[in-house]
Amino acid sequence: MESLLTNTLNGLSWGMLLFLISVGLTTIFGVLGVLNFAHGSLFMLGAYGTLTVMHLFPSFWAGVLIAPLATALLGMALEVTLLRRVYGRDVSYQLLLTFAVLLVLDDAVRIIWGPAYHVVDPPALLSGTVPLFAHSYPVYRLFLIAVGPVLGLALWAFFSWTRWGKIIRAAAQDREMAEGVGIRVPLLFTLVFGLGAWLAALGGALAAPHQSVGPAMGERIIIESFIVVVVGGLGSFPGAFAGALVLGLLEAFGTTFAGRVQMALPYLLLALVLLVRPRGLLGREV
Amino acid sequence: MVKRPSLSGWPGALVLLVFLAAAPSFLPVYWVLLGTEILIMGLFAMSFNLLFGYTGLLSFGQGGLLGVGAYTAALLMTHGVTSLWLVLLASVGAAAVTALLVGFLCVRRDEIFFAMLSLALGMMLFTVAHNWREVTGGSDGLPVFSVPPVVLGPWRVSLFAPASAYYFVLFWAVAGALFLWALVRSPFGLILTAVRENKERLSFSGANVKAVRLAAFVTAGALAGLAGFLLCLFNRMATPDMLHWSFSARPVLMTILGGAGTFLGPAVGAAIFFVLEHWVTTFTENWMIVLGAILIPVVLFFPEGIWGTLLHAFRNRRCGTP
Repeated sequence: MESLLTNTLNGLSWGMLLFLISVGLTTIFGVLGVLNFAHGSLFMLGAYGTLTVMHLFPSFWAGVLIAPLATALLGMALEVTLLRRVYGRDVSYQLLLTFAVLLVLDDAVRIIWGPAYHVVDPPALLSGTVPLFAHSYPVYRLFLIAVGPVLGLALWAFFSWTRWGKIIRAAAQDREMAEGVGIRVPLLFTLVFGLGAWLAALGGALAAPHQSVGPAMGERIIIESFIVVVVGGLGSFPGAFAGALVLGLLEAFGTTFAGRVQMALPYLLLALVLLVRPRGLLGREV
Repeated sequence: MVKRPSLSGWPGALVLLVFLAAAPSFLPVYWVLLGTEILIMGLFAMSFNLLFGYTGLLSFGQGGLLGVGAYTAALLMTHGVTSLWLVLLASVGAAAVTALLVGFLCVRRDEIFFAMLSLALGMMLFTVAHNWREVTGGSDGLPVFSVPPVVLGPWRVSLFAPASAYYFVLFWAVAGALFLWALVRSPFGLILTAVRENKERLSFSGANVKAVRLAAFVTAGALAGLAGFLLCLFNRMATPDMLHWSFSARPVLMTILGGAGTFLGPAVGAAIFFVLEHWVTTFTENWMIVLGAILIPVVLFFPEGIWGTLLHAFRNRRCGTP
């Protein structure tokens, strides 16, 4: 019973981090039609950026505020200079371009911050543990579990009800028509990519106290977020939420119960979904 | 993308072959070793391009099939199989059978879904190699302490000397390339191109698209297994990172670098990849950032790849068109 609860909480907190990263990935895919291989690197930049900001101003929240915004700016610069040129091209070339960006960003992180691993302490407000049956549970993880749905709902409200949200959805559905009615689609695409980069980096900033910050964290997370968005349904917003929960819980319970097979479980899930239901759990018909 | 290769390149191919055959006599040992690796990865990249450039399938799981070949070779050699021909046959066979199973599932999907599915199945093979410690040696890999000699009738040639290993690899790389050459020029090769160009139309005209794709997948997988066998001999071990998706990305990068639209492009890409890596790492260990910085303009401005662009320019000049 107790391990059931601990695993569920672990799965939920990890799932919520996965959601933050994947929701940016799925938004970029849904609107721009590009599967961004460099998304994990933007996540990593968020974590490292937080680390640097915390050296300048000793506040975790300053890092969470500044690092994602800086990453979003970088993301927009990447969109304007590189991605914009491949929208009409074959999917594989888009994938390869963003893969090349991944190589550059990941090595740049290694040059700037070195190969060492860093530990970030959670802020005072969220440090420590709360009692949970006979054991205790870290407050920070509970905080993550709360952040996910709040941010998800905020984004959902943004896309459903605000003028900007509607414009983005219009451009995602029919680019030419949107341009026809006077929407500046290129600018919109830049902003959407910036939003996706911001979400990835926010995930990275919030992940910093949850796991150690190291140069391999981007490469690991990108495959997991691919799994999340495919399982949930490419381009689907609620799908990213469902996919992240499923993968988070699967990994948490897998660690306890599946032993050595645990490492293969996410890939098994990905393969199963692709074979049985390629549009994903909540995706639209493809 | 790929045009049907013509025979007009034969003088160039002959010059290349003579150069490759003479290389160990004038190159230092280090470059012979590098050349061996280029030939193995070049063969691997060309086998990948049968799927990507010719059939239009972007596979991110070829490392898994190469790894099956490498582990089969390592397991047989550590368990006392003394016939290298048997080891080779088993490695290629095991990779082909695995490709049949993996491909049977993968060919049902297109584009990004195919890429993701091949990645997932390749990573499942990786976890087997990484976690089934009793058989595969786990994350340390499976070392091979003695490689049986090549038995050719009355002769027995040890592969210990770098030059003899080079010639052994060269023979198989050339054989693999000739096989692929014959394949893409055959009617079957034309059907592969048809799958890439318009699979709906092809299926309306009566072809079984899935079966054609599966045949291409198994062929590419068998050749990846051959490359895995050679890589295992060359490294004297099989390691789980050969099956990881980041290794599967290598033939993809090499193919883009050289050009997916030409027959030799992927192999030229492999050569550029290794020579560049060797050169860049003499003054910085951050080779990936250089590779990325080269790939970005190649993808953006030279989608035909470096070799493809050169070949194109050369042909245009010869034909007198600008």
